Amino acid sequence: MVKDVLKKPTGFYEKFERKPTGSQYTTHYCPGCGHGKIHKIIAEALEDLEIGDNTIFVSPVGCSVFAYYYINAGNIQSAHGRAAAVGTGLSRSNPDSIVISYQGDGDLAAIGTGETIHAANRGENMTVIFVNNAIYGMTGGQMAPTTMEGQITTTTPRGRDPDDQGYPIRMCEMIGTLEAPVFVERVSVTDSKGIRNARKAIRKALQSQKDGQGYSFVEVLSPCPVGWKMSSPDAVKWVKDVMEEYFPVENFKDLIKERPPKPKPKPLASSDEIIKVLGLTGEEKLFDADPEFLENFPEQRLRIAGFGGQGVLMAGTTLCMLGMNKDLSTCWLPSYGPAIRGGTANCHVVLSNSSIGSPVVDKPNVLIAMNLPSLDSFEDIVTPGGLIIVNSSIVERKVKRDDVESLYIPMTRIAEDQGLRRASNMVALTAYISYTKLMSIDELIILFEANFKKKELIRKNVEIIRATHQYIQNM
Amino acid sequence: MKQFEKGNACIAKAALLAGCTHYYGYPITPSSEIIHTVAELFPEVGAIFLQASSEVAAINMVYGASAAGKRVLTSSSGPGISLKQEGVSYLAASELPCVIADIQRAGPGLGNIWPSQADYFQVVKGGGHGNYRTPVFAPNSPQEMVDFTIEAFEVADRYRTPVYVFADAYVGQVMESVDFPTTIRKIPEKPWALKGNKETKGNLITSILMSPELEEELNIKLQEKYREIEEKEQRYSEYMVEDADIILMAYGITSRIAQSCVDILRDKGVKAGLFRPITLWPFPNDRLKELRTKTKQFVVFELSNGQMVDDVRLVVKDHAKVDFYGRMGGVIPTPDELVLKVEEFFNKM
Repeated sequence: MVKDVLKKPTGFYEKFERKPTGSQYTTHYCPGCGHGKIHKIIAEALEDLEIGDNTIFVSPVGCSVFAYYYINAGNIQSAHGRAAAVGTGLSRSNPDSIVISYQGDGDLAAIGTGETIHAANRGENMTVIFVNNAIYGMTGGQMAPTTMEGQITTTTPRGRDPDDQGYPIRMCEMIGTLEAPVFVERVSVTDSKGIRNARKAIRKALQSQKDGQGYSFVEVLSPCPVGWKMSSPDAVKWVKDVMEEYFPVENFKDLIKERPPKPKPKPLASSDEIIKVLGLTGEEKLFDADPEFLENFPEQRLRIAGFGGQGVLMAGTTLCMLGMNKDLSTCWLPSYGPAIRGGTANCHVVLSNSSIGSPVVDKPNVLIAMNLPSLDSFEDIVTPGGLIIVNSSIVERKVKRDDVESLYIPMTRIAEDQGLRRASNMVALTAYISYTKLMSIDELIILFEANFKKKELIRKNVEIIRATHQYIQNM
Repeated sequence: MKQFEKGNACIAKAALLAGCTHYYGYPITPSSEIIHTVAELFPEVGAIFLQASSEVAAINMVYGASAAGKRVLTSSSGPGISLKQEGVSYLAASELPCVIADIQRAGPGLGNIWPSQADYFQVVKGGGHGNYRTPVFAPNSPQEMVDFTIEAFEVADRYRTPVYVFADAYVGQVMESVDFPTTIRKIPEKPWALKGNKETKGNLITSILMSPELEEELNIKLQEKYREIEEKEQRYSEYMVEDADIILMAYGITSRIAQSCVDILRDKGVKAGLFRPITLWPFPNDRLKELRTKTKQFVVFELSNGQMVDDVRLVVKDHAKVDFYGRMGGVIPTPDELVLKVEEFFNKM
C-alpha cells in the first residue's frame, strides 16, 4: 500500500543515474526549494497525458540546468537565456513533439528576454515553465530581474533600489499582451491550494500543446530559502506575503477553448520537386558547342556604367548569360554608389575562353558609358586599342583619347523610339555585340525568348534589339 | 546543369542539394542574398526558414534543429559571426553538426560592406570560448560556393562539428556560370538526435560536466577528433608551383587576384606560383612542408593585417623567407599592384 503512494511518476527516472555525486534517489536541490515540486508536477503530467515519449525537455543555465538527471524525456541543455531559441529549432524540427522550456528568472527575463518574447510572439509550439524565485540561485544569490524592491542579494547588498536597478519585471503581464500565446498564467507553489492550481495550469498548457495549439507560458512563484537566507517556512510565507502581492497569481490569457490547432507544416518535397524548384531541369544549353568560336574568342573585360535605373547591371548579366550559353567563362561583379536607386551604378564583366582570375576589371578593353559621369570616371582606365561606347543621347562630349576606338550611339533615343525608355541598356548591349560581331544578334534574341517570362516585354526588347542592330548596320 | 548565379545565392541552393532542410538567420550585408534566396526557396519545398530576432537566437535555433538531427544552415558576416560565437562553442562542445557561412566585410566595429579577410582569427582559430576548432572551407567562386557548401555539410555530419563556409563580399556578390549537381544528398543516420519519439527518448545533448576529470575527458575526445580532421581533411589547390622560385599564398578572393598576378609575373620571366589553402583549418600543412624546401620565398597576400601568415610561418619556419602584403578596410588591390609588391619582395632576396 505504502509502496503505491510513494511510487514515482514515470515522468521521472526510477534512479537518477546521470547524477554524478550524492544519492541517485534524491535531487540536488536545496531543502525548501520549489524546483522539486514543479518537477514533480511536470513528471506526473508526462505520465498522465501520455506525452513522455514525445517530450523534449530544455534546461538552460540555472539551478535546473541538471533537470536531465530527473526528467524521463529527451533532454537538452542550452546556453544561458537561449532555451526558447533552442526550443524553436527543436519544435520546428519535430512538429509533433512536446517541447518544454524550463527557465529561471535570470535566464528568461534578463539574458534571454529577446528569445523569450519572440518565441512567444511567433506562437512556437512549446510550453514555457518560468520559475520565478526572485534571485539567481545557481550563480550565488545575485539580483534577478524579478528581485523585489528592497530585497538584499549579493549584488544589491543595500537592497534593490528601483531608481537604480529598475522595478521587478512582470513577465506574464508582458507576454499576455501578445496575440499568439494561447495560455498565460501565474501560479505559486506555496500551500496545497497553490500547488493544486499550479498542477492544473501546467497540465492545461501541456494538453494545449499536445493538441497543437501553440505557445503557453506558466510562471511559477517559487521559494529559494537558501538564496534568500531564510528558513523554509519563512520563505513560503515571503512568497505569499511579498511576491504574490506584487506578482498577482492569476490567469492572464486562456484561449484554449477557442483557438484552433495551428496548421501542420508543409511536408518536405520530393527530391525531384526540389530539383525542379531550383530550376535544374530542362534544356542544358541554348546553343550547340562551337569550338572555333571558343578558340578565337578574344578576352573581353568590360565596365558598363551609368545612372541607377538605366539597367547597367542587367546589361552585364544578360551579356554573361549569352556568354555562358556559348560555353565561355563569364564573371559579373556589381559596384554601386552609396545610393543604389538613382545613384551611379557600374559593373565589371569578364568573358573569356579560359578561367577568370580577378573579377575586378581595373583595365577594361571595353567601356560602355551610359552617362557623362561614367565617361569622366572610366575613360582613362580603358586599355589602348580598346573600345568606348557612349550614350550620345545624354553625353554631349566626345571621347578625349585618340588611342581607343569610340562609338557614339543615341541609346536613350533609340529606346524611346521603340516606346520603352528604360531599355537603353538593351540598346547598349546590342550595339556592343553588333559592332564587335563577337556574338550574334539572333542568339541574343533566342536568349531573351528563353529567359524572360513576360511575352509583351520580350516583343518590345526584340524590337529594340533589331532597331539597334539596324542602326549599327547603317552607320 | 549550368546556371548564371550569384555566390551568395549558390550557398542557399547548394544547401538544399546537400539535404539541408532548416535555415535560421539574421540579415546582414553583404551576406543577405543568402537569406533572400532561402526565403524564396525553402518554404516552396517544405524546408524550414525562420528569420530570427537576433544572431544569437539564430545560432541557438541552429543548435536546436541540429540536436533534432536535421541538416541546418545559418549565415552572417563579421559582426554577426562575433555574436554567434557563444553558440558555436556550444555546438562544438555538444558535437552538433551545422554549416555557417561567413561573408566577410571590413571591420573592426561596424566597418563597411566591402570585402575583407579579417575574420580569419575568429573563424579559423576557434572564435568562441574553450578548446575547440571548426573546419573552414574558403571558396573563391560561385562554383566553389556550391561545391564546398555541399562538402561542408558532409564534413559536418562525418565529424559531428560545425563547419564554416568562409567567403567575402566579392565572392558573395560575384555572378558566374555555375554547374549545379542535380541530385539531393542523403543524410546519414543520427541515432544520437532528439526526435521526440520513444527511440530517442534516452538521448541527452549537453556540454555541462561539473567534474574537471569528466570535462577533461570530453576535451581529450574533441582533440582526438580534431587530430583526425587535421590528418584527413587538408585541402588546397596550386598553380605553377613545381618550378617556382617564389610562391604566392592566398585564399578566397585574393587567390584569384594572386593567380592573375602569377600570370603577369610569368610573362615577365619571374618563376612565380600560387599555393592556395582551400581548408584554412585544417591548414594544408603537409603540402606546405613539401613546398617550403622547393622554393626560396613565400608571399602571403590577405585582405587583413596579416592573419593567415601566422599559420604559414608556423610551418615554413626558416626553410624559406615569408613576406606579407595586406590591404584593409575593404580595399582590393589590382593584380598590377600585387605584382609590384611581389617584385619588391623578390628583389630583396
